[in-house]
Amino acid sequence: MTGTTGTADIEPPRAARPARRIASQAAFETRMILRNGEQLMVTVLLPAMLLVGLVVTSVVDLDTGGASRVDFVTPGVLALAVMSCAFTSQAIATAFDRRNGVLRLLSTTPLGRGGLLAAKIVGVLAVEAVQVTVLAGTALALGWRPAAAGVPLALVALLLGTAAFTALAMLVAGTLRAEGVLAVANILLVLLTVGGGVLTPPDQLPGVLAHVAGLLPSGALGEAMRGAFLDGAVPWSAVVVLVVWTAVLGWAAARFFRWH
Amino acid sequence: MPPSPAAVEIRGLTKTYDGRAIVDGLDLTARRGEVTAVLGPNGAGKTTTVECCEGLRTPDGGTVRVLGLDPVVDSALVRERVGVMLQDGGLPTSVRALEMLRHVSTMYADPRDVAELADRLGLTSFARTTVRRLSGGQRQRLALATALVGRPELVFLDEPSAGLDPQSRHAVWELVRELRETGVSIVITTHLMDEAESLADHVVIVDHGRVIAEGAPATLLASDSSTLTFTARPALEAVSLAAALGAGVEETSPGSYTVTGAVTPATVSILARWCADRGVLVHRLSTGRRTLEDLFLDLTGRSLR
Repeated sequence: MTGTTGTADIEPPRAARPARRIASQAAFETRMILRNGEQLMVTVLLPAMLLVGLVVTSVVDLDTGGASRVDFVTPGVLALAVMSCAFTSQAIATAFDRRNGVLRLLSTTPLGRGGLLAAKIVGVLAVEAVQVTVLAGTALALGWRPAAAGVPLALVALLLGTAAFTALAMLVAGTLRAEGVLAVANILLVLLTVGGGVLTPPDQLPGVLAHVAGLLPSGALGEAMRGAFLDGAVPWSAVVVLVVWTAVLGWAAARFFRWH
Repeated sequence: MPPSPAAVEIRGLTKTYDGRAIVDGLDLTARRGEVTAVLGPNGAGKTTTVECCEGLRTPDGGTVRVLGLDPVVDSALVRERVGVMLQDGGLPTSVRALEMLRHVSTMYADPRDVAELADRLGLTSFARTTVRRLSGGQRQRLALATALVGRPELVFLDEPSAGLDPQSRHAVWELVRELRETGVSIVITTHLMDEAESLADHVVIVDHGRVIAEGAPATLLASDSSTLTFTARPALEAVSLAAALGAGVEETSPGSYTVTGAVTPATVSILARWCADRGVLVHRLSTGRRTLEDLFLDLTGRSLR
């Protein structure tokens, strides 16, 4: 290749390195979410209030199966935190960025569409790190004693749940109007929290929900987190449910996401 | 060394939405180092065409080459060399103005100096204001800055002076001229005639997804060298006047008339006599070369859509 006149050999790269672009975008998105009062409310404050409320008061009657209230409640609250961050918060942020043309503008920069998606995933994980720090810290202060062997398993469950709910967020944000996403993302979070098997095991739910909730990503994530922290083992059925939801929702998001 | 490819080369571009052809066999060449204005009424297909160049839309048919590259296949190579200003801005609302510009600059290895660019475009006075609180003109300037921060070789500006006051518009024009001086190729979409006329080396007039006229502004206007317009009382007999003048006469709005054709000193004399014979007082009469606006309206029609 000596003596070539091709400009590609001598021109310096114009784009920043991919890792730098993605890190920069992820930090940017994380800042935006943590700076937004409503987003902070739904991702950190709400789960923290639920955690404290359910542990220190007995307003809600819980069948903890012999475990302490804090050991029983904390895994479910962490699952809820994942849902609020990966789904509700991300769906709303993406929907408004889509409406305002932010997704299109950034996809014309060296970041590109792939980089944008990668940055969103990193950004979600960064916010989750903040959530887990706050919630686990609070739970430990309230006397939480998780099964040590369950920590790596819970991390895997958290990643699987994040994948499924981020895919759902992208599907909703990429197909509905921003105002619609605002409503759907919040209502779905409430419905899944109340009847989706997140905070309470699916088999404790009334009627048909007892059979259905375990098949929902919310129920599967809740079961996986409880399994990891209470028993040091994650039920296979929960893993399968989360993987299937991720595949289906990921396919649908890739197929139906509209940039305009 | 082979000659470097055109900034933009489009052949037979088609793009259809819901069975309706928005772009319908469009050919367009934007040369390197020039300002090319894509002029057309709303809905003519300007934005869709530019979005195909930016890789934001995939053409249904035809070929698009940007700096010799396919914007879909060679997306990464195009993105680092092209700057884009979208019509709707594309700025997140909760971010501060300068923070956004600084953030976009991190996508490039050797971006322009953010402070210098901000100063140049007058962003400094609202640097810490969130995008949500910016005026339309301030947003436009910020969007323009983000398009330029990566030192692009080619810039797409979609309606850059929409919503700008005259001062801001001239600031934008001056910057576009300055970019051109430094060898940057610029493709600008606009429906503002004066913008196209004063900025562009090459004007492409688009309507119904096709190019209906193109050339240097002077060349486009040379084919009809002059026009005569006058105002008088409404509802003159245009047919009779046209016959007397041997030229076309149209009442463009009540009491305003345009004479098209070769305008000579005799034309003015005949017009004056024809009016005098009918007791009609001419309030105002002017002759002059046609503006791009006249040409544009003649080509695209005067009815609203």
